Amino acid sequence: MKKKLVIVGNGMAPGRMLEDLLEADSEAYDITIFNAEPRVNYNRLMLSPVLSGEKQYADIITHDDEWYAERNITLHKASPVSAIDRGNKTVSSTNGLQCSYDKLVIATGSNPFIIPVPGNDLNGVLTYRDLDDVEKMIEVAQTGGHAIVIGGGLLGLEAAAGLKAQGMDVTVLHLMPTLMERQLDTAAGYLLEQAFEDLGISVKTKANTHEILGENGSVAAVKLDDGTELPCTMVVMAVGIKPSCDLAQSCGIAVNRGVLVSDDMRTSDPDIFALGECVEHQGQCYGLVAPLYEMATVIADNLLDGTSQYSGSVTATKLKVTGIDLYSAGDFSDGEGREEIVLRDASGGVYKRLVIKDNKIIGAVLYGETADGPWFFDLLKKQADISQMRETLIFGQAYQGGEPLDPLAAVAALPDDAEICGCNGVCKSKITGKITELGLTSLDEVRAHTKASASCGTCTGLVEQLMSLTLGERYNPDAVVPMCGCTDLGHSDVRRLIQAKKLKTIPAVMQALEWKTSNGCAKCRPALNYYLVCDWPDEYADDYQSRFINERVHANIQKDGTYSIVPRMWGGQTSSKELRAIADVVDKFQIPTVKVTGGQRIDMLGIKKEDLPAVWADLGKAGFVSGHAYAKGLRTVKTCVGTDWCRFGTQDSTGLGVRIEKFMWGSWTPAKVKMAVSGCPRNCAEATCKDVGVICVDSGFEIHFAGAAGLDIKGTEVLGLVKTEDEVLEHIVALTQMYREQGHYLERIYKWAKRIGYDEVRTQIMDNAEKRQAYYERFVFSQKFAQVDPWNERVSGKDKHEFQPLAKLNLEAAE
Amino acid sequence: MNAVSGTWVEIGHLSDIPRQGARCIIIGEHRIAIFRTQEDELFALEDKCPHKKGPLSQGIVHDGCVTCPLHNWVISLKTGEAQGADEGSTETYSVKCKGDVVLFDLSCVR
Repeated sequence: MKKKLVIVGNGMAPGRMLEDLLEADSEAYDITIFNAEPRVNYNRLMLSPVLSGEKQYADIITHDDEWYAERNITLHKASPVSAIDRGNKTVSSTNGLQCSYDKLVIATGSNPFIIPVPGNDLNGVLTYRDLDDVEKMIEVAQTGGHAIVIGGGLLGLEAAAGLKAQGMDVTVLHLMPTLMERQLDTAAGYLLEQAFEDLGISVKTKANTHEILGENGSVAAVKLDDGTELPCTMVVMAVGIKPSCDLAQSCGIAVNRGVLVSDDMRTSDPDIFALGECVEHQGQCYGLVAPLYEMATVIADNLLDGTSQYSGSVTATKLKVTGIDLYSAGDFSDGEGREEIVLRDASGGVYKRLVIKDNKIIGAVLYGETADGPWFFDLLKKQADISQMRETLIFGQAYQGGEPLDPLAAVAALPDDAEICGCNGVCKSKITGKITELGLTSLDEVRAHTKASASCGTCTGLVEQLMSLTLGERYNPDAVVPMCGCTDLGHSDVRRLIQAKKLKTIPAVMQALEWKTSNGCAKCRPALNYYLVCDWPDEYADDYQSRFINERVHANIQKDGTYSIVPRMWGGQTSSKELRAIADVVDKFQIPTVKVTGGQRIDMLGIKKEDLPAVWADLGKAGFVSGHAYAKGLRTVKTCVGTDWCRFGTQDSTGLGVRIEKFMWGSWTPAKVKMAVSGCPRNCAEATCKDVGVICVDSGFEIHFAGAAGLDIKGTEVLGLVKTEDEVLEHIVALTQMYREQGHYLERIYKWAKRIGYDEVRTQIMDNAEKRQAYYERFVFSQKFAQVDPWNERVSGKDKHEFQPLAKLNLEAAE
Repeated sequence: MNAVSGTWVEIGHLSDIPRQGARCIIIGEHRIAIFRTQEDELFALEDKCPHKKGPLSQGIVHDGCVTCPLHNWVISLKTGEAQGADEGSTETYSVKCKGDVVLFDLSCVR
């Protein structure tokens, strides 16, 4: 008599398992299937095309009634199994069927995860798992309106694209900062977000759903944690799946997150196998089809007394949205001994990244051009040694074999009328002609004379290759010092391109300017963060993880890991009340050192990081705010006592210093800025070695700039003489804004001014009232977002995690 | 209290640690930095740069490394080795994630 095989569930995995089993031995088992859905077997991967209307249900059936009949398989449709009796080896279904088994396969799949928020049971809150869901979504979509998809993973994005194709307005809400963060790196996630926006689908990241609001029992809006309410007629939850293992658990089979299986795919009961999305194997649950098929093959063999082992799967993901090409496979995180090869083509919207370890591909992310995805995945799975083709690997399979390509030869082969710079319509012969005719040797000169690569800059590489070809060894491309190893562009180019291309996030800069690393480094990230804060004060969200620790915690790190803090004393003035408050704080927190600084402030040194918020709270009560002694921003305005007390004073230098400091604190600058106001030419405030200084004279105010008294010593240059305090402020503010917009990160004012020329500064600030006014207004605009006391913010709880250890453990606890 | 199972102890949640950032745990005399990369990988290092004992947890995290805030030494998160021309290494520990829960292996801490 034949043995009896019962299968619980009829998804794609058992479908594949049956094919494998029957092909090996069609006579071994009497087979019975219990299916909860009232259907035959269909290809769930194709639900997205059904939703978008590109396919119909009939197109995606994989095994129809006839298939089961021909093979004498009993298929009970709409018959969910309610119990397994392992003692008697029988299963029974909710509709009263009973069946005995010799071997049982549990393939109950998974359930969509429903986020536990109020309103998740309203009409119009849908999931996206099976054909029923798709049919409901299409039905609602017929009435138009707005759909909100919660979850920016593979499933959520496909649902969003499908609903858009059905004519709905669609918004995707995603908890994490970038889409599909489990399959994509940040750079590709950014491109994906852009592509969805281009499809007319709005994407909100870092969006945490607080509540679903209803009206008469139906969905009306989604409310976010930040209070935003988004009206809608449909909510699709696509935040993830959880293995469906209730049945297995109820009959005493070991489960964790999913049904636990060993390498032979047996559960804790040797006669019962588990297969598909309900399975947990070595801590992993899978939701993609390839691993499920691999499991199916192992079970089919073991049902026939084979010895197959499942050893886990490396997975590849492809997004099935028309018009968006995206492929990811393997492991693409950073790590020791891992190298990456990155190819970006900004104009083509292409991003490719391979992660290499020991000359083998271990991860791949492809965006925009994915044809080589399966080839890379194949190399990855086979652990092929790629050292021989490393140079051209990223260009794909078509470039392999034959001689390695010489990029110069390719440029040399271009015809004379080939267009090099699309923005300015410059052809090859114009560039080579000008180089020869005028003896140009630097990229900047070529830009100046031909306009090639002077706009968006994406053809810079080509122009440089033309210069190499034309000039030979006379061309030294290193003349421009690159920002860091992540790019060939210098600071000026990066700043110019951020403006020209309206780049507003770090990933946007890295993609558009073809960064050679995926996430940048400790040199470029702080610089980019500053440039973006400076250029888009209202739009850019400061990336604190790209800031040096001092600017992240608003205190100065010391050699032993403690911190020092300097409260603001406007113009260097203080009072008995302030001094008493400082004395109390010093006693209370046992602060070991108190020091008067060169900028007329009081520095408290040796404060434990954990104590900082409490110290600031006490100082705040006395009216102190941060003195920004850590900031690339305005540090101090040093003053003398001026006409208030001094018998030589010509103006109120203290009052002016306080006014400047109160007006200008807050906005970030490329490097620190120190100022001073002296009440007479005796210059007791030492204004002539500051970044910006003012010397009061009888007839008005002499403004100085570009001094230095640190690594270099340099007296200031005179900017000019003005008559009133208002004019002083306008000129100094405009000068500072000009520096903010042009300075390279970490470049002090004296270096910046020398680089661009002192006369250029004088012309723009002293002689051109219109320019001066515009600089002034841009600074004032930036201040709107920058003049917030960071200490007070942290006393109120901002960035709490910075100041507390994650955990304190007792070593004995584990022993 | 922190749950203890074997030598792996629960020290918090993944979301407690900023991406491209770190948090510290304190175990007796030890201060150990738990790093989270952009790709959500976790690493644990003694919070001391091999150069002058700078607190690595305060550095900028990039490309599987951290740059020490005191003198810009670059330390590998995985091996604790100084990168480039600098020589020295920092003690590494085992840390892993189970779901959103971060677990730390106490067995190497003495």
